[in-house]
Order: sequence, then C-alpha cells, then structure tokens
Amino acid sequence: MAKQYETVIGLEVHVELATKTKIFCGCSTRFGGAVNSHTCPVCTGMPGALPVLNKKVVEYAIALGNATNCQISRYCRFDRKNYFYPDNPQNYQISQLYMPICTNGSVDIETSNGATTIRIHEMHMEEDAGKLIHEDSDESSLVDYNRSGVPLIEIVSEPDMRTADEVIAYLEKIRMICQYLGVSDCKLQEGSMRADVNLSVREVGSQALGTRTEMKNLNSFRAIQHAIEGECKRQIELIESGEQVIQETRRWDDNKLTSFAMRSKEDAKDYRYFPEPDLPPILISDQWIEEIKASEPEFQPEKCARYKAQYGLSDYDANILTQNRHMADMFEETAKLCGNPKKAANWFMGEVLRTLKEKAMDPEQLTFSPKNLAAIIKAMDEGKINQGNAQKVFAEVFTSDIEPLKYMEENGLMMVSDTGAIEKAVDEVLAENTSVVDDYHNGKDRAFGFLVGQVMKKMKGKGDPVKVNEVLRGKL
Amino acid sequence: MEILEMTALELAQNIKSGQLTVREAVSAYINHAKNTDKKLNAFLTLMDVNDEKLNKRIDEVQQGISSGKYNGSLAGVPIAIKDNICTKGIRTTCGSRMLENFLPTYDAYVVKRLEEAGMIIIGKTNMDEFGMGSTTETSVFGATKNPWNNEHVPGGSSGGTCAAVAAGLVPLALGSDTGGSIRQPAAFCGVTGLKPTYGRVSRSGLIAYASSLDQIGPVGKNMADCAALYEIIAGYDSMDSTSINRQVESINCGDAALDGQMYVDKNLRGKTIGIPMEYLAEGTDEEVKSSILKAASLMEEAGATVEYFNLKMTDYAIPAYYIIACAEASSNLERFDGVKYGYRSEDAKGLHDMYKKSRTEGFGEEVKRRILLGSFVLSAGYYDAYYLKALKVKRLIKEEFDEAFKKYDAIMGPVAPTTAPKLGASLSTPLKMYLSDIYTVAVNLCGLPAISVPCGMDSKGLPIGMQLIGDSFDENKIVSMAAAYECMRGDYPCAYDNNGNAGIQNNQEGGCEYNG
Repeated sequence: MAKQYETVIGLEVHVELATKTKIFCGCSTRFGGAVNSHTCPVCTGMPGALPVLNKKVVEYAIALGNATNCQISRYCRFDRKNYFYPDNPQNYQISQLYMPICTNGSVDIETSNGATTIRIHEMHMEEDAGKLIHEDSDESSLVDYNRSGVPLIEIVSEPDMRTADEVIAYLEKIRMICQYLGVSDCKLQEGSMRADVNLSVREVGSQALGTRTEMKNLNSFRAIQHAIEGECKRQIELIESGEQVIQETRRWDDNKLTSFAMRSKEDAKDYRYFPEPDLPPILISDQWIEEIKASEPEFQPEKCARYKAQYGLSDYDANILTQNRHMADMFEETAKLCGNPKKAANWFMGEVLRTLKEKAMDPEQLTFSPKNLAAIIKAMDEGKINQGNAQKVFAEVFTSDIEPLKYMEENGLMMVSDTGAIEKAVDEVLAENTSVVDDYHNGKDRAFGFLVGQVMKKMKGKGDPVKVNEVLRGKL
Repeated sequence: MEILEMTALELAQNIKSGQLTVREAVSAYINHAKNTDKKLNAFLTLMDVNDEKLNKRIDEVQQGISSGKYNGSLAGVPIAIKDNICTKGIRTTCGSRMLENFLPTYDAYVVKRLEEAGMIIIGKTNMDEFGMGSTTETSVFGATKNPWNNEHVPGGSSGGTCAAVAAGLVPLALGSDTGGSIRQPAAFCGVTGLKPTYGRVSRSGLIAYASSLDQIGPVGKNMADCAALYEIIAGYDSMDSTSINRQVESINCGDAALDGQMYVDKNLRGKTIGIPMEYLAEGTDEEVKSSILKAASLMEEAGATVEYFNLKMTDYAIPAYYIIACAEASSNLERFDGVKYGYRSEDAKGLHDMYKKSRTEGFGEEVKRRILLGSFVLSAGYYDAYYLKALKVKRLIKEEFDEAFKKYDAIMGPVAPTTAPKLGASLSTPLKMYLSDIYTVAVNLCGLPAISVPCGMDSKGLPIGMQLIGDSFDENKIVSMAAAYECMRGDYPCAYDNNGNAGIQNNQEGGCEYNG
C-alpha cells in the first residue's frame, strides 16, 4: 500500500506598512514616482547618515500584534542583518532578531475542512530594500532606492498549515486584519504583501518534521497554490525514490510551474546579526498599548453581525461585504446616501463585485465615490433611468467616477416621462402600424407588446415604460 | 598681540571690538597654515584665501557680527574640522582612498551649528583612516608630523586636528573620539581636548567608526576655548536617535584667567579626585607618572583631596573595546562597496569581484584588519564568546566607574602611558599600539566625558597630557576643574614661534609655576 504523506507548512509573510514616510527617514513611501526621487542620505546609505525610527511603524506593529493575539514586548530592539547586495545601500538591513516586538500570537482560519488555529511565532519590524533595474542593452545594472527604507512587518507563523487552502485562508485572514487596521493594503502583485513558504512532508502519523525547503518569489495566491502543490509533489517523489530532501531556498517560477534551487543550507549566509547601535531600545508602556487598543476599528466579525442586525442583510451578503474594510465602508456610505441599504447591498453584491472580477481588481482598488452610486440608485427609484442604462452609467462611475445625472442627460439616457413627447411618439406609431392596430382590436395580445416596442424604439429606449403603456392603452 | 598668539576667545573679542576684521583673522591663519603645513601635513583640505565661497562667507560673517546676527563668543573665528565630519560640497575623505574624492551631499549637525555661530571653516584635517589608529599614520594621505618634533607622531586618530592647533595653523578645531582619538593626540601635541558625554553632541554627519563609542569634541589652545566651542556644538538633535535631550549648561571658564585665585578656590577647593592605581602601573613612563603626580599635588595645594583607588577592570577595557569597536566598524564600513560613491576598482568583472577589489584596494591595512576582527567576533559560533562577553565586560567597567563617582568628583590619570612615539615605531606592532589606548578606551565604553590637558613635558621636549574623567553629563564640573588647574599651571608653551617655525625648544619639565 502506498504511503500516506502529510504536508507541513509555515509562512513568513512580509507586509509593507501604509505609513506616509519611511521607517528611518522622512522620505515618502508612495509607490511609483521617478527613480530615486523618494530618497535622502539615510535611505541611500550616505556616510554619516543616521536612522530615526518612525513612531507610526511601532504603533502599527502593536496594533497588528493586538489583533493577532500576540504578546507585545515592553522592551524591544533593532538588530543589524549584514549582507552585501546593491539594493541594500548600507549593506546591512535594520531588522529585529534578538528581541522582536510581538511574539506568541494566533489567528483562526476556516476552510472547507473546518476551522483551525494557526499560531504566530513572532512579528518584527524591518526596512525594505531598493530595486535593481537590469537593462538588457547594457552590461551594468541600475538601482532605484525609492523603496529602500519602506517599513515592513514580517509575520512568522508556526508550521501549523497542512494544505494550500489553509495557507490561502491564513494569508487572506492576515490581509483582512491588516486592511481593517489600515496598516497595509497587502497587494501581492505590487509586493506590499509577500510570502515565503517553508514546506516539508512527512508520513501521516509521524511526529518528527521532515527536511524543509523555503520557496520565494510567490506574488499571487495562484502562484502560492501552485508552488505548494509542486513542491509537495517534488519532495514526495524524492522520498519515494529513496533520495533526500535538501534544506535549501528555492525560487518558484509560476510560468514554468517549477522551482529552482537558489542556495542550500551549507552556503546559507552568516548575517552576523548584532544590536543596532544607532537606535536606542524601544520601551513600550501598558498605556501606549491601551491607547492603540482603544483606537482599534470595528473588525469583520462585529461589522458582519451589525450589518445583519442594522440593515437586515443575509448572512451571506453581510459576510461578503465585510471581507474588505474599504468596500464595507463604501457600501455603508452608499447605503446612507441613497437611504436604501438593501438596494445598495444588491449593487455591491452584483455590479460592483462582477466588475471587480471582470477587471481582475481587488476591492481595495475601488475608487468611485459612493455618492455617485447612490445617485444611480435614487434615479432608478425615481424612474429616471431603466436597469440597463443604470448599468451603463455605473460602468462609467466605476472607471471614471462621473456624475450620473449629468452623464445621463448628456448622453440622453434620462427616461422621458413628459406626456406630450410620449403622445407624439404613440400617435406616430399608431399611424405607421394600422394593420397591427387592427390585430390588437381583433384580440391579438402580442400586438400591444409590439406597439410598445415600436414606441420605445422611436424614443430610443428613454420612454418611461409605465407612462408609455398608459398612453398607448388610452389611445387604442 | 599677534593674531596667531591669541586664543580663540581673544580673537573673537578683537573681531567684535573692531580691532581686527574677520578677513584679517582668516587670512593670517590660512597663510600661516599654507606655509607650515608643508612640513606637518595636518590638513587634507585647506581653503584658498582667494576662494570665492570663503570670501563671501567672510563678508557675510563680518556683516553678521556688526548687525548682531552673530553675537556668540566665537563669531568670526576660523576653525578646522576632522575629515570624518561631513561638509556639504567639501571633500570628506576619512583619510581613506575609499573616499578620496567624496563630496558629501549634506552638512553634519555640528557643521550647521558652527555656521550658525558665525565660525569660518578653513579646512579639513588629517586622521587615521576611518579613525582606526593612534598615530595618524594610517591615513592614505601620509602621516601628520608632531609639531614639537617632526620625527614623532602627533597621536591619533585626530592627529591632524591636534597638530593644527598645536602649530597655530588654526585657533580651534573639531576632532572625534572613539577610544581616545581626541585626548591622546591632544596630549601628544600639548593642546587641550574634550571628549563629551556620549549623546551630548550629535553624530549626524559624522562618518561612523564605532557608533556606540564615537563622539565629536573640541580641541583648542586652552580649556576656555574648548568650553566655548563645546557649548556651540552640544545639544539635542532629532536626527541622531542617540542624542540626549538635556540642557547644556553654560560653562563659564573664560573668567579663569581674570579671577585667578578665586576661580581656583571655587573649582578645586573641597573637590575629591581619584587616581586609579592601575593608571600608574608598570608600562607607564616614569616621566609621565611624575608629571601626573606633580599635577595632582598642585591640585592638592589648591585644596582638592586626592586619593588612590582601584579600577580592577582596567586590563579588560582594551579587549572589550577592540571587540565592540571592530564589530561595529565591520558593519558600519559595509556601505563602502563601490556601488554608490567612493572608490570603485576599475578592472572588476561582475558584482562580487567589484566588491572585493574595490574594498581590497580602497581600504588600508589597519582598516581591513579591524573589519576582519569585527566580522570574526560577530560570526555564528563566536558571537556569544566574544561580542556578548565584551558587552558584559563593558557593563562591569561601567559599574566600577559608577561606584568611583559616588566618591570622587573626577578621576584623574595620564592620557597615555608614554609621550608621542617616533614615526613608524607603532605600525609594525599593532598590538602594542592597541595597548597604548589603555587609559582612554574605558571612558568611551562608559560614555563618560573626559578632558586631556597638558601638564608637562618629557626630557625630549614632548608634551605630557593629564586626563580628567567626569561622571556622565559632568562636563561643567571637569571643565571648571581643568580650567582651575590651568590657572595654577600657568601658560603652556607653544609649539611654534611667530614665524611659524615648529618645534620650539624649551627647558620646562612640566608643572609650570603657578603665577596667579
């Protein structure tokens, strides 16, 4: 009988914090921007420049620690991690090894296999590196330090995950918590959330852990899923064929759906960590922690419960709408402005989510103004626009955040309820379709529908259907 | 009085009263330095008297003094700066090939303070490469000579700074002290130097050797000049996280010369001074020892109590210092990689080869030795045995000093076991050079303030320095005590004559007569 294997997975997740300025200097953290435009002597490693800690980073770390049931260290410190690479201007990264800010936390996740708890070993603060630019035409490489010094929090889990589904659920949970706290937008594609997967396999029932590998370069949930499946298969095949799994770092290539060894444990670097002498230890008072707790937002479970109670939403709708805080906030604003929470919920569950999916966008990227969606909902309520046109207008709102009423007028999408205009169109249709009118009078029901269609056509779909019916029936 | 003979405070007073113009003062020093420094090599960069920027600055300062914008005690005074302190647009080399052509993009905090005080930077001074050395011989730009005897070293690493002041090339200068780098060359050159409490003076813009030990401080002809400069550069800077937000009290020792006996009485009578037995142990020159004892008895005469006590950890200070300093240096100097600025090897192929060749060619022997030492003690498997142990030793040393300061106002002893060695005598035996730092490094490990003040001369005519160590933030106390001592000691001879000839012969054996 073939052996049964179990996969054991631990994650190192890097989350880029949404602070306005970098962790050790006043430069902007804004994504994009001209090469090396968000730099100063500190984040380019100029001689004599010294780091000054951004207090917001500590506050975000504490908030994240609180939300993941971590113990918050009352005394912590930064350490230097020494390694040479041009994206790292000082050739050491300021990080935390010996005394991280948060330890011993946990988050609960749910998958189709049920609920489970993933323990968090520790969380620490560190600085991001710059970006190398390789130009094919040239023998040299260039470096952009805009990202150098952007604050990161690294969340190290215990090896508590067993499936790719659990990994995805864990990442989604971390992302949701970060987004709710506003500490990070957690975009995998832009690199503001990065995950390294530590994976080993062992026979079911075995207590000892197998030899693990670390997989890097995973920049989508899909890639993570593929990498876990691929690496799991690779390790089992090695064991089955009597070979050893080597402890090493591997790079996943999601195009080729395969991984490559980057470096083995033997040539693992000695980072020569030691306490950062340029930064004094950080003292965290109970009061500070309490203040941060006090300003915590309403988290997803509470928000979900409130939506059900306050707006009468279904379990399903409330849960979906609250998965992303930004979207939840937009929904609430829309509901308030249009005065119809149910209809607002339907729009989000329908058009908004559909459009996001169609454009492969994240809810975090929603940029339209809730007042504009509310205006569409109101216009429908007031019979100013039909469903089909409302969707057209919303598509414009979604992409360009246009003002619906103005747009409807300019593009002739406003419904015509002016009796004069409708009567004129009806008269014309009746005159042009005398045989159909006869059919109607001979009791053919379909004839009425045809005439309505003709009137609407004449009015380019803008006639108020109720009024059109009324006038037509009267004239007939 | 000749310009070159004035103290910095006297010079500033003469400028303020209109007896002298800023241009006259600056020109006198630059012209003197231009000639004399050919022999000494104290300056790595010396401004030209015709330099446009310099002359604009001179005019601006002159106007500022008239308008009251610059009303400080040193306005208009020329100053030189050690070449590890960043000066925007002025070459800052650290005495290294690595930074031979490096132009900083910003000014160090202290440089901004000097500018605000209306002082005029006339040049950058030579130093041991990245501060690593005790003789200024590891500078890639050649050794600086001792103004008292050109066959001897000026000490280091602030050798250029101290030699420049001693030879009258500049009235005041800034040095930096990581393990004695202000005090020891000040002692060897017969000038006065102050190493402030760690955190008193911002390190922002100081190119780091060992971050937890480095501190910028003044070097001058006497205590009063140093105190005036210290007041300008000390204070909180939000750009340095290790800078301490604490009031810097004004130290009024400018009156020492005027008040005489009263000043001595006020600042020495009733004070207790401890001399560590270990600081007079074997290995310390007899001439140095007797000079220190003479200074001690002079202070006793003035009513101070002098006691001997034990600093049992003294022998451990050197290994602890070299482990901690080298560990930090190995990391601090990683940024010099040929990628962003500084020296890049020309025949390198690929990234790693560029790193290797640039650093091999760009750094000198002593720097590479310390990088290796530091990398070793931080390596996996050695970290606990060396680095962590050194930190424990540092704490024990600090406890010993804390204990001593419960009893003493100040701790006194020699700055160095010998006077300035001959050029070339130290480099061949680095260990011997390291051991000569025995009386200075503990002060840095503990972050304490300390002063080097000339107290005599050996039979070869080389200066001897007395060290006065204070408790943290007691700059005021030790500076006043040292100024009172100066009063009793009398004027210390100059290492130059009015023609700028270095190496004046004199017969004084130290401990000049009290002439107050």
